[in-house]
Amino acid sequence: MTDTTQIKTTPSALTRLWNSDVAWNFRRSWTARISSVLILILFAAALFAPLLATQNPYDISQLFLLDSELPPAWIEGGDPRYFLGTDEQARDLYSSILYGLRLSLIVGFASVALAAVVGISLGLLGGFVGGMVDGAIMRVADILLSFPAILVALLVNGIARGVLPPERHADAAIWVLILAIGLTNWVQYARTVRGSTMVERQKEYVQAARINGVSGMGIMLHHILPNVLGPVLVIATINLGMAVLTEATLSFLGVGMPATQPSLGTLIRIGNEYLFSGIWWVVIFPSVVLVALVLAVNLLGDWLRDALNPKLR
Amino acid sequence: MLGFLIRRIIQSVFVMLAVALIAFMMFRFMGDPVNSMVAETATTEERDAVRERLGLDQPLYVQYGRFVARAATGDFGLSWRNARPVSTLLAERFPATAELVLVAAGLSLVLGIPLGILTALRPHSFSTQALQLMSLVGISLPTFVTGILLILVFSVWLGWLPSFGRGTVVDVGWWSTGFLTLSGLKALILPSVMLCLFQLTLIMRLVRAEMMEVLRTDYIKFAKARGLTNRSIHFHHALKNTLIPVITIFGLQLGGLIAFAIITETVFQWPGMGALFIQAVSFGDVPVMAAYLVLVSLIFVIINTTVDLLYAVLDPRLRVEGARAAH
Amino acid sequence: MTLLTVENLTVAFPGRSGTVNAIEDVSLSVSPGEILGMVGESGAGKSMTGAAIIGLIEPPGRIAAGEIRLEGQRIDTLRPDEMRRIRGRRIGAIFQDPLTSLNPVLTVGEQLIETIQTHLKLPKDEARARAIDWLRRVGIPAPEARIDTYPHQYSGGMRQRVVIALALCAEPRLVIADEPTTALDVSVQAQIIALLRKLARETGVAVILVTHDMGVIAETADRVAVMYAGRIVEVGPVAEVLTAPRHPYTRGLMASIPRIGARPDVLPQIEGAMPRPHARPAGCAFAPRCPVRIEICGQTRPDLTGHATRSVACHLSEEVPA
Repeated sequence: MTDTTQIKTTPSALTRLWNSDVAWNFRRSWTARISSVLILILFAAALFAPLLATQNPYDISQLFLLDSELPPAWIEGGDPRYFLGTDEQARDLYSSILYGLRLSLIVGFASVALAAVVGISLGLLGGFVGGMVDGAIMRVADILLSFPAILVALLVNGIARGVLPPERHADAAIWVLILAIGLTNWVQYARTVRGSTMVERQKEYVQAARINGVSGMGIMLHHILPNVLGPVLVIATINLGMAVLTEATLSFLGVGMPATQPSLGTLIRIGNEYLFSGIWWVVIFPSVVLVALVLAVNLLGDWLRDALNPKLR
Repeated sequence: MLGFLIRRIIQSVFVMLAVALIAFMMFRFMGDPVNSMVAETATTEERDAVRERLGLDQPLYVQYGRFVARAATGDFGLSWRNARPVSTLLAERFPATAELVLVAAGLSLVLGIPLGILTALRPHSFSTQALQLMSLVGISLPTFVTGILLILVFSVWLGWLPSFGRGTVVDVGWWSTGFLTLSGLKALILPSVMLCLFQLTLIMRLVRAEMMEVLRTDYIKFAKARGLTNRSIHFHHALKNTLIPVITIFGLQLGGLIAFAIITETVFQWPGMGALFIQAVSFGDVPVMAAYLVLVSLIFVIINTTVDLLYAVLDPRLRVEGARAAH
Repeated sequence: MTLLTVENLTVAFPGRSGTVNAIEDVSLSVSPGEILGMVGESGAGKSMTGAAIIGLIEPPGRIAAGEIRLEGQRIDTLRPDEMRRIRGRRIGAIFQDPLTSLNPVLTVGEQLIETIQTHLKLPKDEARARAIDWLRRVGIPAPEARIDTYPHQYSGGMRQRVVIALALCAEPRLVIADEPTTALDVSVQAQIIALLRKLARETGVAVILVTHDMGVIAETADRVAVMYAGRIVEVGPVAEVLTAPRHPYTRGLMASIPRIGARPDVLPQIEGAMPRPHARPAGCAFAPRCPVRIEICGQTRPDLTGHATRSVACHLSEEVPA
């Protein structure tokens, strides 16, 4: 047996992925391709922000107040050192956006991870234990769902701010945001995982394990997690778009990231205050990046949902 | 029907008690209420006297009971920020938010339903694809970005419409309305457009999805097989079945509009309850936050109950089950 | 003069792996007042033939070849609005599931009156009188009161009676009944079949009765067409086809009906499964399952041959005892 025949008889995981229905669908859908390229570019920009940026916008010593409120480089009065112009504190907008994108994505991913962990755990718990515990979890989920996400996030945010002393607000902002957004979005994971768990619990191997006095939980996890992986991935993708949007909204409302550590939403809020002075670039460029990010994630999420076709509704 | 109504009302009362509990916990455990009532130099004895006067030495369930009783009469105490009664603050701000939300809700229905039908009936036409793409952009556009763009175009560049405030308002009793003056109406345009866009795309997509689902049902196929006209099939047979679930979602949407009004009010400096709430969140002004939460929840609960009742009236299947249950 | 003739009809569905023919080269005719049964397994193309006749093939499916004539007029090439006027008025349809065939938010009366008024230009009160009359004819008790009630207030059997009234209320000459009893309780099935036969006799309407139930065919139909894998494999008068089936598939179908009195240890059944439309073999589609196949069956597809009233598509049809 040579290696070549082995490759022929058992295609590699990559080949199988390439030939799968999902991949076939991906190659045919231009929205999926464009959005994933866009997402890769934005992720790379966020990841390598310190390398790509021309200055560190958090370092006040690098700012020159004389250079404040400069328009983009290609406009009369622009400075080639500041490609997208500067804001009122003379921060280079291009660099601020890179760092802001980084913060927005960090909050987005962290809150999605928090929501997924909380949701999957509660779903497993509810589905496996059932009874009162399950009832209580699902009741809380129902109530949460009946309120708009932004309101719940605002409330968690407000409570956290009320508990923390005012001087800690700026440092804790990023954690408060992750907590507020994460605790708002766990319901869908919990419902999906709970459904799957309840189906699995009825199966014979779990019953057999129980009769033998072994906990079925360990074995079940083995069977449930692969089952819910697809739906969870779809929920997480769609959730990432929502989380980034919620972060931006809270920051825009002035209860998110502080001006000393601006996320995309904070940049837009700052820009909004100078809108009437004709300084449109401070508000437009971060908005464009934010919209591109959210749109790309949403398009990919939509496509993924159709391609995997899990019963989400 | 009567049994259904009673069940719904009992449910609503429980939801409101739960919300009141959250509001009460905020009051009780966020910051020390006594601090906001006494001078910084107060002695321990003076503090204890205030504590006793406020009933804070009583068991928690007694305090909760008192809180609910006072909340039911609209008494949420004084704002920590400007020491005015919370109920007065909210009452001043309520008409602005209500008018904004009603206009936005009306717009989203009047535009969303026809567009949804159009895109469902011509799924492959160019206008449908364009609208689908636009609605996706609409859902992905953060509402505050939409608002800023509206201001940039219509206020800063074109100078047609005001970018902040309510214009001139007229007091009708305690209600201050912007409907009666030209400047009031002009001031309403941009905020209500911004607020309705997101809901509009949702309604459009929902109507489209429901309509397409209904058009695939057997009874529509059977109606076609009987040679009924397309007009009757689409607007008599399909539309009625489409709109029943849309009503439910619209009820939830109305709640969403109140929440999203927070953002709109911030962008347009609209003097409504949402702007008040944001100030409260950033200053940790617990009485205002708690009162807003309770008031908005109450509105949600009332809307949801109304929608459920409306649903029962509109869907003949539920109507009969309700009647049977009442016997 | 025949009422309906279908000649060499082929319905094609373009798909991911090329175009697939749901039915191929189907020819049949129906005389006025006649009940033609169409049997076959699900997926054989019975319902698709019915859908083609009333012009309601779901896109992207389309008629790729052949023609359909109703009272001499070609109807498969009509414009959508012209075809709409024929549906209900000249060709009626009865669907399988009475639970889903009626619009849940409109009363039975609204649905009947609208159908009547669409095709027969009658004032509202006359249309209503007719609607009540039709409800009475299909055996709904107290029709004056029940006309203003909603479909969910009827039992399954009663709803199928309403469906029949709706199909017949504009007095078509032909009605296509697609599995009209499949979704009903066994006890109700016989009542509905009896009602269909009674109404066919009274009104002279011809019926194409699509079913997979040989028993229903035996009881109801005058002639029967047996379909397999998108084609008609045998046609003839019911008595002849049932007592002396000539196609091996028809014989298999007949053998698999349990008979009272006989006590077989194993109920005979046809081995294997019908090929899917995209995987039909080159020769006779039944060859892979056929107990009497010969070499040519795997290579050439047999044509439907025979005389006016009896034909069969089998290479062995001459040898098969008539």
